[in-house]
Amino acid sequence: MSAVAGSTAAPGAAGQMDFLQVSNLKMYFPVTEGILIQRKVAEVKAVDDISFAMHKGETLGLVGESGCGKTTTGRCILQLEKVTSGQILYDGKDVSKLNKADLSQYRQKVQVIFQDPFSSLNPRMKIGEILAEPMRVHGIIPDARKRDERVMELLNICGLSTRFADRYPHEMSGGQRQRVGIARALSVNPEFIVCDEAVSALDVSIQAQVINLLEDLRDEFGLTYLFISHDLSVVRHICHRVAVMYLGNMVELASCDELFDNPIHPYTRALLDAVPIPDPTVEAARQHKIVTGEIPSPMNPPPGCVFHPRCELAVDSCKQAAPEFREIKPGHWVACTEV
Amino acid sequence: MAATDVTSVSEIDELRSQKNIFQKFAELFRKQPLGAVGFAVVIAMIIMAIFANIISPYDPELNDFAAMLVAPGADYWLGTDQFGRDILSRLVYGARTALFVGFAASFVGASCGLVLGVMSAYFGGTFDLIFQRVMDVFMSFPLIIMALAIVSIFGPSTQNVIIAITIPFIPRCARVVRSNALAIREIPYVDAARALGFGHARIILRHMAPNVMAPFLIMLTSFVGQAILTEASLSYLGLGVQEPTPAWGLMLQGGAEEYIESEPWIAIFPGVAISMAVFGFNLFGDSVRDVLDPRLRTQ
Repeated sequence: MSAVAGSTAAPGAAGQMDFLQVSNLKMYFPVTEGILIQRKVAEVKAVDDISFAMHKGETLGLVGESGCGKTTTGRCILQLEKVTSGQILYDGKDVSKLNKADLSQYRQKVQVIFQDPFSSLNPRMKIGEILAEPMRVHGIIPDARKRDERVMELLNICGLSTRFADRYPHEMSGGQRQRVGIARALSVNPEFIVCDEAVSALDVSIQAQVINLLEDLRDEFGLTYLFISHDLSVVRHICHRVAVMYLGNMVELASCDELFDNPIHPYTRALLDAVPIPDPTVEAARQHKIVTGEIPSPMNPPPGCVFHPRCELAVDSCKQAAPEFREIKPGHWVACTEV
Repeated sequence: MAATDVTSVSEIDELRSQKNIFQKFAELFRKQPLGAVGFAVVIAMIIMAIFANIISPYDPELNDFAAMLVAPGADYWLGTDQFGRDILSRLVYGARTALFVGFAASFVGASCGLVLGVMSAYFGGTFDLIFQRVMDVFMSFPLIIMALAIVSIFGPSTQNVIIAITIPFIPRCARVVRSNALAIREIPYVDAARALGFGHARIILRHMAPNVMAPFLIMLTSFVGQAILTEASLSYLGLGVQEPTPAWGLMLQGGAEEYIESEPWIAIFPGVAISMAVFGFNLFGDSVRDVLDPRLRTQ
């Protein structure tokens, strides 16, 4: 872990070791008006110029409140959205310029686990079919009998009884379905998995089981995770490094311990301060610093630093120019001029 | 599996769900009495159509000039028409025509509509926009007017009647399917399918289309009723199935109008047959949806 944390995994800077590199990623969704002739009236700046890099085998947490662009970042990496501008390099190749065959390869290497276990499985397909289909489509295991064996193996790996192969998703619980979602992602032998709020929809006891499963799989298959979450305690448990996003911007990026022990950006501080301490006496005595005001609309973000209307450290210059994302300590990046 | 082997709740569920098909049918009819009535009508029609040559007491096209306009009785259960043809036999054979036209037109029409509707929702954007405007043009014609126009282009025959009824069904089904498919497209399992690198055809046909089955089946079964009605109308207007082929619409034409006051059975029985068929298929359609949707099945 220290190797990852202490590395010069510079956001946006090219590095030989970088497995996934996102540079200046922008994803704007047009807001259109008109029925027959559609014209663009506004843009939702879901992700506005973010850069980061990841190493093989590391888990990067992406945290932030709802609507800050975490999921959109994940979807851009998965090539489910056509990015507005910027580059996503995977193993040195620009993923938006892949041809059909290379994209098919990329799809096998990069997989996703969704938040909602109830809508991420096709309700018309049996679990066995859901797990076998990717292997058949990509010709990973052309033989039907061997494919069935692999389905059983995947179910076992994910802690499910092989009996579930003949079940439909609606016959299973949320935790069981999420395990199927994980098994489906594993069916194409991926290297990189985007866990999009993978445990947020599960109740706490199941959450712990699924997190342990994800950790075991990471160790066993050498997986790299982009762990998108709003649950800071989960992130602290599973991630090597953590990136904090606010309104489409990345405000802080550091190793997990560094970020939680020594947060620098005022937004990160406020975010960490909002985490309750599991001791009523300490919690009652604690002084909360609550961020005032509402999160601005991503259709019309404030000029300069997007956090300035709610920031206690804001000075006049914050309203003029967006702060540079700078390395304040080795491996600790922050987008704030006043710290 | 012995009872002592049952170790978990899921296994008990599994045992419980192992009912035979007859029990399932019995359960269905208890829960869906109207659907069962519709189902009975549909089955009766299908049996009539398949075994028409066994069931019908006379040749439907045979003119017995010794028995013209005979009232319903022991020899001719539903009477005879002005050409001495047995009405019961013509009704039974008419079911064959009605079902053939009804099933062919609604199945082809609804299936084309299903694929086109899901495609339209899946691809979205300009394709969707243009496609939907074309559908609007087709839908601006009432069903019967559109069918009349098509038949008058191709000429009246059973095959052309099927085409004429199929074409106006396509946009009607495509529109309903599209609105459902638009919601389906945003569900994560479609994203999962895309992320797994599946092709467009696979996502449309295997991941999206099966999940819009409920509206598709409701459309399909209501189409059968509508198709039977439209076929009868076209035949009545002389643009559908041609004499002497037995068809319900044809039976209402000509003689039926002339003899309605003196020999009402000529018009009443085919009329009842048409109403029953449409009513039966509509009731059946609603219950089919409840049965085939796995999320509703266990409840």
